[in-house]
Amino acid sequence: MTTTAVTEIAAVSLAGVSKVYGRGGSAVRALGQVSLTTAPGEFTCLIGASGCGKSTLLSLVAGLDRPTGGEITVNGRVALMFQEPGLFPWLTAAGNVELALRARKVPRTERKARTLELLDAVQLGGFGGKRPHELSGGMRQRVALARALAQDADVLLMDEPFGALDAMTRDLLHDELDRVRERVGRPLTVLFVTHNVREAVRLGDRVVLLSSRPGRVIEEYPVPVERPRRIDSAPVAELASVITDRLREEVSRHGR
Amino acid sequence: MAADTTLAGLDALDVTDRAGAGARERAARLWAAAWPKLAAIALVGVVWELVHRSGWKKFVLPGPGVTLSNLWQQAQTGLLWHAIGTTLERAVSGYAVALVIGTVAGILVARIAPLRAAIGSLITGLQTMPSLAWFPFAIILFGTTTQTAILFVVILAAAPSIANGVIAGVDYTPPLLLKAGTMMGLRRLALYRHLILPASLPTFVGGMKQAWAFAWHALMAGELLVLIANEPSLGVLLSADQDQTDMPSTIAIMIVILILGIAVDAGFGVANRAIRKRWGLS
Repeated sequence: MTTTAVTEIAAVSLAGVSKVYGRGGSAVRALGQVSLTTAPGEFTCLIGASGCGKSTLLSLVAGLDRPTGGEITVNGRVALMFQEPGLFPWLTAAGNVELALRARKVPRTERKARTLELLDAVQLGGFGGKRPHELSGGMRQRVALARALAQDADVLLMDEPFGALDAMTRDLLHDELDRVRERVGRPLTVLFVTHNVREAVRLGDRVVLLSSRPGRVIEEYPVPVERPRRIDSAPVAELASVITDRLREEVSRHGR
Repeated sequence: MAADTTLAGLDALDVTDRAGAGARERAARLWAAAWPKLAAIALVGVVWELVHRSGWKKFVLPGPGVTLSNLWQQAQTGLLWHAIGTTLERAVSGYAVALVIGTVAGILVARIAPLRAAIGSLITGLQTMPSLAWFPFAIILFGTTTQTAILFVVILAAAPSIANGVIAGVDYTPPLLLKAGTMMGLRRLALYRHLILPASLPTFVGGMKQAWAFAWHALMAGELLVLIANEPSLGVLLSADQDQTDMPSTIAIMIVILILGIAVDAGFGVANRAIRKRWGLS
C-alpha cells in the first residue's frame, strides 16, 4: 500500500496498482491493476490516450498520492518533472538548482560548484544568473532537469516534460536528455509519460501502452533501435506506426 | 558536436539581453510620469484660486497664495517639524508592531485549520470596523495622558490587513510549486521559508500597502481625539488651528498630511513594481 525502498533488482515495481478517485456512484477508476517493473537505468515510456491515468501513475510513484490498491516499490530517490518547469520565479536559474541541493543538506561550501556543474550538464553554464522569465521554454525545462538531477535521484519521473515546446527545441532536448543520462555517472532510471508516440520510440528502451478508463498495461514494446537515434529515422518511424495503430484501435473501442 | 552548437545557437536567439536604460531615457520616463501629476496639481491650484476670487465664503476660505506662504512660514519654525516627527514616529512604531502581530497571526491562521475556522472571518470583520469606533474603548482603557490609546487603535487598524495579506498569499501559492518543493524535500519550516513565504510576497506587499492606509487613517483620528499636553503632533496642530478658526494653517497642515500619505504610498508602489519585475510579471 505504501511506497517503500527495498534492495531488489527492480528500480521501480508496481504490482496490481489501482487508483479510484471519489466514492460510491461518482467514483472514477483512474488506474486498474497496473503491473510494471523497470530495471535500474532503464528508460521506460508510458503512452496512452486521454484518461489512461498516466499522470496519476507518476504521482503514485512519486509518493504525492497513495494507491487505492496494490503495491509500489521504488529503489532509491525520486525526482519529478512536469510539463511546466515549475521553477521558483523569485530565484535565478542557479538559485533554483542550489535550493534543491540545500533541501537535501549539501554543505554550503560544495553547493556553488555543484550548481555550476549541473547547469553545465544541461549546457546552461552561462545562464545561472538569469531569472526563469528571462529564459525560453526549452531553457526553463533544462533548468528544471538540472534541478531534478540536483536531487540526486535514482529514478526520474517525467510527465510530458517537452509537451509545451516547439518541435525543433523538443528534438534537441531529446539529444540533450540522452547526453545527460550518459554524463550523470550512475544508472538513471526514467519513467517518461507522453502522448507523442514518436517521442516515446525515440527516447525509450521500452514503450508501455496503457488502455483508457481505467488505465492498465495492454502492450509492451521493446525498442531495438541503436542509439544515437533520430526521431525522423526509418526504424523509429516504423515502430511508431505499429504502436500508433494499436493505440488507435484501443481508442476506437471507446467510441462504440 | 553539431547538436551542441545548435542548442547554443537556439539559446542565444531565445535570450535577448536588454541593455540598461540610459540617463536620457530615464529622464524621459521620469518626465512622462511626472507631468500629468504636476498638471493635476496646477489645475487644482487654478480652480482653488478661481473659487477664492469668486468671493464664495471669502471670509473663511483663503486662496492658495496665502495658504502656501503660511505653509512656508510654518516650515521655518521648529514646531511643524517636531509635530511631523512625533506623528511619523507613532506611525512607524504602531505599523511595525502591527506588521509583526499581523504576520504571526496570518501564518498561524493560514496553517492551523481550527484557528482559521474560529477567527478567519473575525479578521476580515475587524478590518471593516471603523477605527474611530475603537477610541472610546481605548481612551477609557489607557487614558489620554500617554499615546498608548492611539498606538493601540493604529495597531488594531493595520494588523488585520497584514494578516489577510499573509493568508491570501499562503492560499494562492501555486500547487505546481508546492509539488516541486515537496519533491525537492522541503518540509514544514523549510517549506515556509523557501517556498510559501517568498511565493506570497506580492500579496503580502499588497496587504502591507492597505494596512498603511488604515494605520494612517486611525492615527489622524487618534491625534485629533487624544490630545496629549505638551506633545505637538499634526493632529494637535490641526485641532489648535480649528480652535482658532485659522483656515490657512488648517489647510497647510492638511497638505502636509496629504504629502506624507502619498510619499509612503509611493514607496510601496516602488516595492511592488520591483517585485513584479523580478518575477517577470510586468
